[in-house]
Amino acid sequence: MMTQDALRVLGVAAAIAGLACVPFLLGDYGLSLAINIVSYTVLATAWSLFSGPTRYVSLATVAFFGIGAYTTAVFAETLAWPLVLLIAAGIGILVAGIVGLSTLRLSGVYFVIFTLGLAELVRQLVTWYEVNKTRTLGRYVFTDITAAQIYWQLLILAVLVFAAGFLIGRSRLGLALRAIGDDETVARHSGIDATQAKVALFVLSTVFMTLTGAIMAPRWTYIDPAIAFNPVISFTVLIMALLGGVHRLYGPVMGVVPLALLFEFLLARFPNHFSIMVGLVFILIVYAIPRGIVGLVEQTVRRPA
Amino acid sequence: MMRLTLCALAALAATALAAAPTVAQDKVKIGYAISKTGPNAGGATITQIPNYEMWVKDVNAKGGLMIGGKRVPIEVIEYDDRSNSEEAVRAVERLVTQDKVDLLFPPWGTGLNLAVGPVFNKYGYPQLAFSAVTDRAPDLVKRWPNSFWLLGTSTQYVDSLVGLLKKLRDEGKIGPNIAMISIADGFGIDLSQAARKGFTAAGFKLAYDKSYPIGTQDLSPLIGEASRSGADTFVAFSYPPDTMALTEQSKVASYAPKVMFLGVGVGFPMYAQRFGANVEGIMSLGGWSKDNASTLAYAKKHEEMFKRGPDRWGSQIGYSSLQMLEQAIEKVGKIDRAAIIKELQTGTFDTVLGKVKMVDNMMKDNFWLIGQWQDGFFVGVAPQRAGVGSVVVPKPAWKP
Repeated sequence: MMTQDALRVLGVAAAIAGLACVPFLLGDYGLSLAINIVSYTVLATAWSLFSGPTRYVSLATVAFFGIGAYTTAVFAETLAWPLVLLIAAGIGILVAGIVGLSTLRLSGVYFVIFTLGLAELVRQLVTWYEVNKTRTLGRYVFTDITAAQIYWQLLILAVLVFAAGFLIGRSRLGLALRAIGDDETVARHSGIDATQAKVALFVLSTVFMTLTGAIMAPRWTYIDPAIAFNPVISFTVLIMALLGGVHRLYGPVMGVVPLALLFEFLLARFPNHFSIMVGLVFILIVYAIPRGIVGLVEQTVRRPA
Repeated sequence: MMRLTLCALAALAATALAAAPTVAQDKVKIGYAISKTGPNAGGATITQIPNYEMWVKDVNAKGGLMIGGKRVPIEVIEYDDRSNSEEAVRAVERLVTQDKVDLLFPPWGTGLNLAVGPVFNKYGYPQLAFSAVTDRAPDLVKRWPNSFWLLGTSTQYVDSLVGLLKKLRDEGKIGPNIAMISIADGFGIDLSQAARKGFTAAGFKLAYDKSYPIGTQDLSPLIGEASRSGADTFVAFSYPPDTMALTEQSKVASYAPKVMFLGVGVGFPMYAQRFGANVEGIMSLGGWSKDNASTLAYAKKHEEMFKRGPDRWGSQIGYSSLQMLEQAIEKVGKIDRAAIIKELQTGTFDTVLGKVKMVDNMMKDNFWLIGQWQDGFFVGVAPQRAGVGSVVVPKPAWKP
């Protein structure tokens, strides 16, 4: 038993070390593909950290991603980098706390609509502030952070999000959340403080999203609200997580990798038909694999037995 | 294990996409990633993509680019950046490192040109941006000497407009009050900010000054307030959809200021088509020369090829930038990007706009900054250069 655990730890460590070598092995294009995959891995895993067990479908991913990106745009040229990340995380926690406390009593479709609106609300607030207070829209981010450094930071973040997911899955909080996901009323009657549990997890999940935005921003040189709060990011994360499967910690990444590579292939080969192809793929996913890749694999493995 | 698979998959994909072999210069590969979908697609399809297609067709009709004494045809590789910065960066990296293109064309708009700036710079590709207006252009040139910012800075446009209005006021043709509205997006904010300073410094009074959010459809309240402000000059830094709405709703409200200046879209071919004789007297950014045979021929060719005319602002500059690139390559005689950049910085080029020599990687007085519709032609009225039209004030009344 001990040796098996030790082997597992060793395996994970070796995998992380291997992934850390990616910038040395792949060229610039390979690296930017890797950055894309790792950033969506963090976003999708963080998304399912909250939405998986509670079954609250959130479209607010980009609200937090954008907050992170904007924090970098405002502070990157004047403050030390770790401080920028710390401020980003702080703002993310604050916003998530306020939003969580005021809205997690909503459920079902009301919550979905609210989160979609939240991203737009944050974007309009930032726009309003920039237009009326700073009188500039669009900020320049000139830093010396290289693509490899962005990749490594994202990789660390990915390790952290998996570690967080692993620990929560084995804690009282994780159990409480699964109970809420199955039946919130029953969970409340069993003495679970549902609101507190949901808010705690919501905050944790969004901190990872905020940090992803903050880390990614130096890649773009220029940021405006349309770039930072692009709603497509929220939908992409949702679809990737659903394709992978949200009831396992490693589920979302199973959706991120094939979809990221598929998008890349379609963009390269069918630049004029991209949207049509993506639409067809989505229809196919929903009809053919409604329980995600993980669900499909588990089903196939179980069948012969 | 799964992470190793991820790594292997990524590596696999990277190699799979790198299938194109390179053969010694029997063709010139030019690549571009542009917004074919998403919010930038409108601007890209009107001003930018037609120029790329037209230039490639023109050059290939001649047999290709003249390199080392023989004609080498152009091959194009194009991607869709989906109006997304991250996609744009990755697509340009793919063009450079996987497709190994010889040259790159820039994407559409200020944001995306800045996003891909570091990649163009890193690999030493010339970046002839002609759909970006930014006051940071001089700083950007210092940072990225391979970048060229052909459409100018917001201050240039505002200076011309202020100069024009000042002259009209001194001649007693307009009063000292201006009503200004602007869209709450990069373009509107930059220009209105510069205009606020410029107007005040020139002794004008802003009787009305409001911004409106992107996507606003009903602009009649703003028109009403501007009308009641008593200003006889109306300036709007608007985007195409609101430019159309402003024209339509001003007509309905019979709001006819002496000077009516609107933003992006006035120079579009569809603008004159839609409003017919009512475009008379309306001013905007850009402008066209009445006596320049080459821009007239360019417009005609554009109409024949795409069944619509060029944008009367950026299109001619875009086509000229491609001609400059062509001549720089042919003068250098090989695909030596550093030498091509040097040639672009120092050489003089023969374009549809006339002779162009860049100063600090920007054009100087080579095109019109302000234009006005006169007798169905969008005439350049500022800055003061050969062929300048005189402004018609007041704007004629709306026709039913």
